[in-house]
Amino acid sequence: MSLLKYESQQREPLVDGNKDYHQITEDIIGPIEMKPSRLWYIGFYISVALLMFGVYSIYREVTYGIGQWNLNKTIGWGWDITNFVWWVGIGHAGTLISAILLLFRQGWRTGVNRAAEAMTIFAVMCAGQFPIWHMGRVWMAFFVLPYPNSRGPLWVNFNSPLLWDVFAISTYFTVSLLFWYSGLLPDFATVRDRAKTKFRKMMYGVAAFGWTGSTKHWQRHESLSLVLAGLSTPLVLSVHTIVSFDFATSVIPGWHTTIFPPYFVAGAIFSGFAMVQTLLIVVRKVMNLQDYITLGHIEAMNKVIVLTGSIVGCAYLTELFIAWYGQNPYEWYAFSQNRANIFTPYGWSYWLMMFCNVVSPQLFWSRKLRRNITVTFFMSIIVNIGMWYERFVIIVTSVYRDFLPSSWSTYYSPSIWEIGFYLGTFGLFFTCFFLFAKYFPVIAVSEIKAILKTSGENYKAKMTDIEKSDAEKFYIEKVEHAH
Amino acid sequence: MAGGIKKFVVGSFDDEAVLFPAVKNVRKAGYKIHDVYTPFPVHGLDHAMGLRETSLHTAGFIYGVTGTTTALTFMTWVFTKDWPLNIGGKPNFALPAWIPITFELTVLFAAVGMVLTFCYLCNLAPFVKKHHFHPRATDDLFVMAIECTDKTDDASLQSFLQNTGAKEVNVQIAETGWWIGRYDKEQKLYREEKGY
Repeated sequence: MSLLKYESQQREPLVDGNKDYHQITEDIIGPIEMKPSRLWYIGFYISVALLMFGVYSIYREVTYGIGQWNLNKTIGWGWDITNFVWWVGIGHAGTLISAILLLFRQGWRTGVNRAAEAMTIFAVMCAGQFPIWHMGRVWMAFFVLPYPNSRGPLWVNFNSPLLWDVFAISTYFTVSLLFWYSGLLPDFATVRDRAKTKFRKMMYGVAAFGWTGSTKHWQRHESLSLVLAGLSTPLVLSVHTIVSFDFATSVIPGWHTTIFPPYFVAGAIFSGFAMVQTLLIVVRKVMNLQDYITLGHIEAMNKVIVLTGSIVGCAYLTELFIAWYGQNPYEWYAFSQNRANIFTPYGWSYWLMMFCNVVSPQLFWSRKLRRNITVTFFMSIIVNIGMWYERFVIIVTSVYRDFLPSSWSTYYSPSIWEIGFYLGTFGLFFTCFFLFAKYFPVIAVSEIKAILKTSGENYKAKMTDIEKSDAEKFYIEKVEHAH
Repeated sequence: MAGGIKKFVVGSFDDEAVLFPAVKNVRKAGYKIHDVYTPFPVHGLDHAMGLRETSLHTAGFIYGVTGTTTALTFMTWVFTKDWPLNIGGKPNFALPAWIPITFELTVLFAAVGMVLTFCYLCNLAPFVKKHHFHPRATDDLFVMAIECTDKTDDASLQSFLQNTGAKEVNVQIAETGWWIGRYDKEQKLYREEKGY
């Protein structure tokens, strides 16, 4: 058998076990065809219950008004915008994996990109809820769209970062969805062609859009994926940049800094990867996909976590330094008192954030810990908590003491309906994710097949034999001819 | 292309390393490959079949430019002509502040346009029904379909395919819908490509 491609033996295999093309289909599509497990039902019902609680919280907020939340005179944005930024940030890892790592030709992305992209889409759906319901009169939400209207027409303010957000988030959602779905077409076709029941054949047939696997279609599909990746890469950077503009273009101490865009983007990727770890560590175990989401994959993601965590740490120290160096008394007060002074009302949240985001990820410099599932899982939760607190610190500590000290006394803590809304988005997220895990191929089957012969464990073993026999002969016969 | 009943000789391969020489030999022998159906993108197969490059990315560029101009002209018209607003005494033509929306619309137009074009060109839509030559073409087989003409001797073609390494060979009659045979024109003949 001649080899089509050759990959260095230094690289860990990306697909473990003795696999062939059919086995990959069986392993990944198989769970879709089985009845969901008891664990799945329990998880799904808990998610739906949370979602219902969220719906009720929103009902209260819409019926009685924003007063249902404990926002006050100085804190006009509290948990809601914190949650918005947090969820948007979570989404970023999915696009990074599916787009940026595709451009960088990182083979390991194939194992995790489908689930990570699904996470992106669900996270953006959750994020979108917060600004929409925060509008109060939500039935007028469509006023944010620039459409010809009977009020003049009075247009939206294109100079406002809040409107940029509308465009950024909706574009991000649309493009992510298209990218994800175009990748799903061939895999839906695989499910359709294996289907035993008429109903399944019809449903997946509709979902697969009549995909046949024609060479010409694949050629176009490859071109489409590459260009969509190229478009998504600046897009994902722009989205959190624009989210950070919501703060950075204002004149509030602690927000008015130029470091915000890169700092927000790094933080977003950091928290997103943590969420991918949380989800995939569970998924690989429950669905028996350890051969496809290997320890190597988890280690690679932990490397991204330690890198982005350190970037975020540098950003924290930089903004602290610049606040002092800039000698603006308000800016320095916000940092030295409202945040870094642990004895002020919210000082604890700053140090909690510092610990979770800067100190704890440093554990991942150790290879042993990077490859430890339990440590990774706990770390992913800690990072997610830390990144939530980052947004909380930025928002609340900057606004709870405004320029009028007489309004400083009120301590903001969320009402049950604010918390309920947040829990409700968890419900939405996990309801979607459970449905995805049951009915969708959670790993990109066709992409795994495409890398099998270069990165599959059994194929790598065969290459080793050939290599050993005669390195020079191997090079001339196999490598040169392959190209 | 008008519909009709067409006959195909179909050979299924289980290894892409066998498929490549087979494609070459079939084309060399003067047969015209209707299509090869694969479970994943096999790199270089399009070249081996003599298909031309896709220009989908060019379409994407054009859609992107459309998005850029749409955003810029619309915002300019709104803020300088239709309803100029004084926002903090800043200029009405506030180009730097419009960059984010311009960028987002560029990406949006390019992505949506490209996906729709892709679906149109490949005839992909929710309720489209197509003839599938082999159910395992989306699983683990590489399925080559060769269109028969009046002159084709399908018995000899079948044995020819078997000799090139096909695991399964059969003859199928397919009703050609409007999607079949679309690529006839863009596939070069082997001898034209090699110049003899």
